[in-house]
Amino acid sequence: MNILSVFNIGLLAATLRGATPLIFAAIGVTYAERSGVTNIGVEGIMLFGAFSAVLVTYYTKNPWIGVLAAVIVGGLLGLVHAWTSITLKANQIVTGAAVNLLAVGIPNYLLIAIWNQPGASPMVANIKPLHIAFLANLPIIGPLFNSQNLLAYLAIFAAIVGQIILFHTPLGLHIRAVGEDPRAADTVGIDVYKLRYLCVIFSGMMAGLGGAYLSVAQLSMFTKQMTQGRGFIAMGAMIFGKWTPIGSLGACLLFGFADALQLALQTIGVSIPSDLLMTFPYVLTLIALAGFVGRSAAPAAVGKPYDKG
Amino acid sequence: MELSICMQGIVKSFPGVLANDHIDLQVARGEVHGLLGENGAGKTTLMNILSGMYRPDEGQIELFGKPVRFESPKDALAKGIGMVYQHFMLIPTFTVAENLTLGAEITRGGFLDRSKSESMVKELSKKYGLAIEPSAKVQYISVGAQQRVEILKVLYRGAQIIILDEPTAVLTPQETEDLYQTVNALRKAGHTIIFISHKLNEVLRFTDRVTVLRAGKVVGTRVTSETTAEELASLMVGRSVSLHVKKLPREVDAEMLKVENLKALDARRLPALRGVSFNVHAGEIVGIAGVEGNGQTQLVEALTGLIRTTGGTIRLDGEDITHFPTSERFCRGIAHIPEDRHRRGLILDFSLAENSILGYPDRISLRSGFRLDMKSIRKFCAKLMAAFDVRAPSPDVMAGGLSGGNQQKLVLAREFSRCPKLLIAAQPTRGLDVGATEFIHNSLLAERKRGAAILLLSLELSEIMDLSDRILVFYEGKIVGECLRETTNEDEIGLLMTGGRHEVLIH
Ligand SMILES: Nc1ncnc2c1ncn2[C@@H]1O[C@H](COP(=O)(O)OP(=O)(O)OP(=O)(O)O)[C@@H](O)[C@H]1O
Ligand SMILES: [Mg+2]
Repeated sequence: MNILSVFNIGLLAATLRGATPLIFAAIGVTYAERSGVTNIGVEGIMLFGAFSAVLVTYYTKNPWIGVLAAVIVGGLLGLVHAWTSITLKANQIVTGAAVNLLAVGIPNYLLIAIWNQPGASPMVANIKPLHIAFLANLPIIGPLFNSQNLLAYLAIFAAIVGQIILFHTPLGLHIRAVGEDPRAADTVGIDVYKLRYLCVIFSGMMAGLGGAYLSVAQLSMFTKQMTQGRGFIAMGAMIFGKWTPIGSLGACLLFGFADALQLALQTIGVSIPSDLLMTFPYVLTLIALAGFVGRSAAPAAVGKPYDKG
Repeated sequence: MELSICMQGIVKSFPGVLANDHIDLQVARGEVHGLLGENGAGKTTLMNILSGMYRPDEGQIELFGKPVRFESPKDALAKGIGMVYQHFMLIPTFTVAENLTLGAEITRGGFLDRSKSESMVKELSKKYGLAIEPSAKVQYISVGAQQRVEILKVLYRGAQIIILDEPTAVLTPQETEDLYQTVNALRKAGHTIIFISHKLNEVLRFTDRVTVLRAGKVVGTRVTSETTAEELASLMVGRSVSLHVKKLPREVDAEMLKVENLKALDARRLPALRGVSFNVHAGEIVGIAGVEGNGQTQLVEALTGLIRTTGGTIRLDGEDITHFPTSERFCRGIAHIPEDRHRRGLILDFSLAENSILGYPDRISLRSGFRLDMKSIRKFCAKLMAAFDVRAPSPDVMAGGLSGGNQQKLVLAREFSRCPKLLIAAQPTRGLDVGATEFIHNSLLAERKRGAAILLLSLELSEIMDLSDRILVFYEGKIVGECLRETTNEDEIGLLMTGGRHEVLIH
């Protein structure tokens, strides 16, 4: 058995597949936190997204409509979080945790109510990898890119556009201003509430999208608790990436790599208990958070409701 | 006289306080109008109404003869009113240019045009003679420079009327001088300026007319050239105030604080204290003079245990406390009046009662069993409030709702109440009115008489000169001069402060 044999194109392709849902969620929470609202509910929203995508695909037979449904459900949950944390000024951690708790119960309940199946949904249509003919014969590039679906490209594209908007447009500047010092932003006429709502809803939509990727692109069904903490890992990626979309993208790729490596090692039967191997990405997250992020760059007003007075 | 502002019958109340009680204020076009009043008299509230931050309960505002109503600061700005707040409204992690243009950015094709906005800022800064570096992050520039950014920010938005709320409270004497030039230049350019300050000499120098508020009402308007500091002080306070303290000769006792070769780093990990040695005796006030940023802040933080030292020793009453945690030092008798009351001295979301025991919750008399005895704490707080004239409806209101000066008085009351062996007072009268300043100065002298060792840090040279027995001058993290009060003068200290090196020997 040659351990080095796991380092091949397949590993890279798996890295990108593992990273894609994280990238969506991480960009979303980056925007929410940049505007001053923390959204730990992304974990639960991803799960709701995954479930909605399967449910709608089941009835429409079209996974893209499923994806759209996941984005809408995510956006609605984002709206709920925005309303409680911005308008009602409730504690953002508590409302986020409430969303996560709902996500533990509701999809599982619906699994039984709709399909009478406790652990998983029936199989549904899924999103197929793209096949780009002219790439097919190229070494490395061919197998790497032709094993991805459109959403993977969308994720990378979103990170780039997200970065440009946040740092090179007035909108991005306003979002960051609102997250650093809402009162200062208010005095120059920036609408604090509007921007925060916008960003939190956006974070919900992106988390929903990430969840949909898990259920109708990676698999073709919903399974109980299928997000497995990916929402939290996305938040780790956001911190690791210093609250920038591009930084988050890098961190997600790193976590995706850790996950893919862990899977590959298991497949070739490396004699480490699989439970231990599975903790690998999480351990990497912890190490990243503890050691390599450096001085924290969190927006100054994150987590604090703004009271216009 | 053409009026630029006419406020009539302005009323504004907060729960339990009538902050503005039918105020009339008239300001002529192109004048510098001073606004004076004790802490909590309602100056900031009135200006917040004028700048659109608050809406008045009653009353009208006219600008250049036309009635106006503002729903937000943006509205007011659009009508030409810009306010430089007592606590700056700048985003530390943004650049000067970003802060200046925030909300009205310069773009090209929908994207931020950084180079154009920086060159525009540079031009604006040249036009008004306010030196700033457009690409510098605000967190790394001096307080004076931050204020220039704030002033340029309102000028950029076309403000004709500029409100400066206690602009000099945080400035060094040199920066105050620069501000004076700026204010004059703006007046010449036709701007109207409202200038709030507690420093009477500044009000006399900067303004054309002055309006004095007391307890939410106007008590009078004077033409500056026809009034005196004494008249203004008595108008404000309602009694005559002595503007200079009378000090008894010192009776130096045992050595209370001994600092030897103390070294420490600043937040950017650069040396801030480069080997500082001095002592303070019981019954003595030692003043620390220096331009801001020469290590004074780090000295206070090192003495109170808020930052770690990188060398040297600190002895309190003979005991080596160099490595003691902050709480231990406070138990040994150090009291600290921090320079930044928002960041260090108070928790704004706590009530006054809670703040009054902050850091000392283990006072036996304020506990019942292991619980805090809130009833006694409230009573204790009420006593402090009465003794230090903290103006607030009750010990249960949040500290954040108090006027700047009253917040400061609460911190002072708490620290004085502990009969400390060593009192470290950093900018103790920053933002205080003349009456309160007089009171604090007398309290400091009373502590000195009681036998406390007092270390006084102030950017106000006159305060240092008035109170200190001995003066240490800081420059670039070192003590460059030590002078006895009786044998020195402001010029000598001023020269030392700017690094004009000539060692002065004493004893
Ligand atoms: N947001 C608020 N909530 C409750 N009370 C307030 C608020 N703002 C001001 N007050 C009260 O209104 C009164 C006037 O306060 P204001 O800040 O206008 O005083 P000031 O004249 O600016 O004093 P200072 O010189 O200390 O800054 C004070 O009694 C203060 O406690
Ligand atoms: Mg004020």
